[in-house]
Amino acid sequence: MGRYILRRLLSAIPVLLGITAIVFLIMAMIPGDPATALLGAYATPDNVARINKQLGLNHPLWYRYVLWLWNMLHGDFGRSYSLNRPVIFEVWERLSATAVLAGVSWVAASILGILAGVVSAARQYGLADKVITFAVLIGISIPSFFLGIMLILFFAVDLRWFPVSGMYAIYGGGDLLDLARHIAMPAAALSVVATGVIARLSRSAMLEVLRQDYIRTARAKGVGERRVILGHALRAAMVSIIPVLGLQAGFVLSGAVYIEIVFQWPGIGRMLVNAILQRDILLVQGGVVVVACLYVIFNILVDVAQSLLDPRIKT
Amino acid sequence: MRQFLRLLARNRLASLGGVVITGIAMLALITPLLPLQHPDVIDTAHRFLFPFSEGHLLGTDQLGRDLLSRLLWGTRLSLAVGVAAALAAGIVGSGMGMVAGYVGGRTDNIIMRAVDMLMAFPYILLALAIVAALGPGLMNALIAVAAVNVPFFARNIRGITLGLARREFVDAARLSGKGHLRIILTELLPNVLPVIVVAMSTTVGWMILETAGLSFLGLGAQPPQADLGGMLGQARSAMITSPHTSVVPGVMIFLIVMSVNLLGDGVRDALDPRLRSGALSRPRASTRVARQHAVPAPEAAPADALLAVQALETQFHVTGRVYRAVNGVDLAVKPGECLGVIGESGSGKSVTALSVMGLVASPPGVITGGAVRYRGEDLIGAPYARLRDLRGESISYIFQDPLSTLHPLYRVGDQLAEAIRVHHPVSRAEARARALQLLHDVRIPNPEGRIDDYPHEMSGGMRQRVGIAMALANDPDIIIADEPTTALDVTVQAQILGLLDDLRRDRGLAIVFITHDFGVVAQLCDRVAVMYAGQIVETGPTAEVLAAPAHPYTRRLIACVPELGGGRRELAAIPGLPPSVDALPDGCAFAARCDRAVADCRAGRIDMTGTGARSVRCLFPEEAFA
Repeated sequence: MGRYILRRLLSAIPVLLGITAIVFLIMAMIPGDPATALLGAYATPDNVARINKQLGLNHPLWYRYVLWLWNMLHGDFGRSYSLNRPVIFEVWERLSATAVLAGVSWVAASILGILAGVVSAARQYGLADKVITFAVLIGISIPSFFLGIMLILFFAVDLRWFPVSGMYAIYGGGDLLDLARHIAMPAAALSVVATGVIARLSRSAMLEVLRQDYIRTARAKGVGERRVILGHALRAAMVSIIPVLGLQAGFVLSGAVYIEIVFQWPGIGRMLVNAILQRDILLVQGGVVVVACLYVIFNILVDVAQSLLDPRIKT
Repeated sequence: MRQFLRLLARNRLASLGGVVITGIAMLALITPLLPLQHPDVIDTAHRFLFPFSEGHLLGTDQLGRDLLSRLLWGTRLSLAVGVAAALAAGIVGSGMGMVAGYVGGRTDNIIMRAVDMLMAFPYILLALAIVAALGPGLMNALIAVAAVNVPFFARNIRGITLGLARREFVDAARLSGKGHLRIILTELLPNVLPVIVVAMSTTVGWMILETAGLSFLGLGAQPPQADLGGMLGQARSAMITSPHTSVVPGVMIFLIVMSVNLLGDGVRDALDPRLRSGALSRPRASTRVARQHAVPAPEAAPADALLAVQALETQFHVTGRVYRAVNGVDLAVKPGECLGVIGESGSGKSVTALSVMGLVASPPGVITGGAVRYRGEDLIGAPYARLRDLRGESISYIFQDPLSTLHPLYRVGDQLAEAIRVHHPVSRAEARARALQLLHDVRIPNPEGRIDDYPHEMSGGMRQRVGIAMALANDPDIIIADEPTTALDVTVQAQILGLLDDLRRDRGLAIVFITHDFGVVAQLCDRVAVMYAGQIVETGPTAEVLAAPAHPYTRRLIACVPELGGGRRELAAIPGLPPSVDALPDGCAFAARCDRAVADCRAGRIDMTGTGARSVRCLFPEEAFA
């Protein structure tokens, strides 16, 4: 097992190189002279030459890429000019806030989605199935940023159950309870779409499995229906559900950008949007690379979880 | 195509989605012709008017602009951008996919690796990076959204092209001297175009949502121009005092996305043949029972029978058609007896066997009549809890293909232990010890080393031994073996048959043995029942039936068995096919294939006749029994 994990991690290296290369190439597409763009009103010929040298822009593309990689490997992602601090510090701080929000949403979506899918499949064409199918249809169609606004209007403004925005109360607070109160609405808004997609897929995976011969065998043995569904069938269905959970983690992470804007969550999505609006390219670049690489590694962990579950996968 | 449209139209939700999206698209098309105020005319004296104000049906926004006008123009813009992004992604992605699939080799490898890399990103990071490089703006947002979706098209279309590029008509085109580009455009494109169109129609809603999202973040449409996302984004600052400015564009995005989703789901379902046949339904815990006749009297069953099947009828109800798989079957087995049930594929023998414990997949299966008496107790229509108590405890099954009938993700020892523990409250250790003993009983070599194997780690014969061990787990009275050796090769088959015979003698088991092989029946069974088109056509002691078959079908079935060594006689296949069970003829079901059939045979129901142990369902049996 250890060797399998190591092999999977090693196989990520080309993917990580590819991802960084794509980000690098996109950033190299920036029209016009980056030095002028960076300096704005301060673009005297002297300054431009100095920046070009600083950024290594007088070197060929491949050399700049390698240099950039080398610096990143040493923790040097450059300096954010809008915040005037090293990119990596800012990214790291914001990342933890996003990880909390996206993590809670992803776990909630996975559990609720699988549960809804299982109930829906076990009661196919029954009332519960119809209600769940309808709710899922609404859920996957509602834009998360619109849902977030509606949640704020209803639960924060009208009912005053939850705070309107932010991660912690400004005065006092800061404990887990405070976080829970602040995270409830954004996490709900963020997890709705993923829950719907996971529920849909779990339902069809369960239906597929329930038709299999080994389910009939379990029933012929006299295994009770609860155990047939939650044991035999769900266990087998998880093999096709888990990859989707990994895929949905990417969508939750993506949706977090909108939710962080709506709820003013101090996460990496809000940081990226602000950085784009302020043309803080190094901050965007650093943020994108770090998140994308972590996502790749996360997906490897999902693969490993999959191999633990399915003995037929050669490890 | 016509069938596809009909299926789509029959799907009510998909039709609703189609109507809504068509309506919205029509509105967006005729927007310039409508008597609306200009969407960008600012009137600061009338800011944040509520809906139904005079002159402003939906009210006004933070600059006093008419919301209805802005909504329609915004919808127009959002739809246009979404469709454009879908077209761009579709054309570029499909182009890449077709080139990769057609050219293959190195080019394919490079393109697909690049696509994999792009797909490794959470989609919005890629879009944000592109917008960051190009700068905010609706056009750039469109490019970003299209670029993010290119890999999806490239991957799908490549797969299809790969299959097509090896086909004869492409070779023919190449031999006729057409250039590569012409082959792609004239031979491949027409074949993949339907797939591209379907893929586009299912992703367009998604792309509308994504561009709206970027505009919402302020990275897409720039003021005063506004698509739906931009309207929502700008309204957010006033959402608490004037929620209607947020609700109006938000609801419109929701309507568009939902109707496109509904339509897309409908398209997908109509194209999926499995959904078309209704095959994706879940079998219930026990077969549905809907008796259409009176329950047969218990006295009618043989008094010494351990298990008696009386006038059993099982049907499959599929989309308005009724397949009558079992039509009034009577069977009985005594303690310690082995009864063979023999027939061709589709004769209803397996369905009969599964009906005993309510294991026929339902839907579509329905038991419509008869009784199954175990020690006198009728199991048809017995409560599920009662069936569950008997399943595996008193009556157990051995199924045909041990690879698909054992759970692939549980160790065989755990599957055996589970069979014991669902009926008896024993400890884990005890159940495991019993499982080990069972593996030993079915002569699995080195059972200690095998008990923790997964089914895929065993050979077919070993797996079937596990299947038998599982059937024996609770010392049942009856084992129903449904073609237990059909999936195995001949030497293993002989071993398994020998094992079953020994177990039967040691434990006094009654066995119902389902098979299509007279050779197997001759080896193992005391009595045999021959099934044809859902009915028993002949029954009697094995040796007698083999020596002097009474029904013409039995005779021909026996003539089909090859003999080793002395077999100089000709093997005779039976001409024709059994009748389809959704259109059974009146009278004898075998008449159409029988060389001695006369008009009377097709006239009406023919009953079993006979004396003592033997009986036959034929007006002109081959042998008259005394």
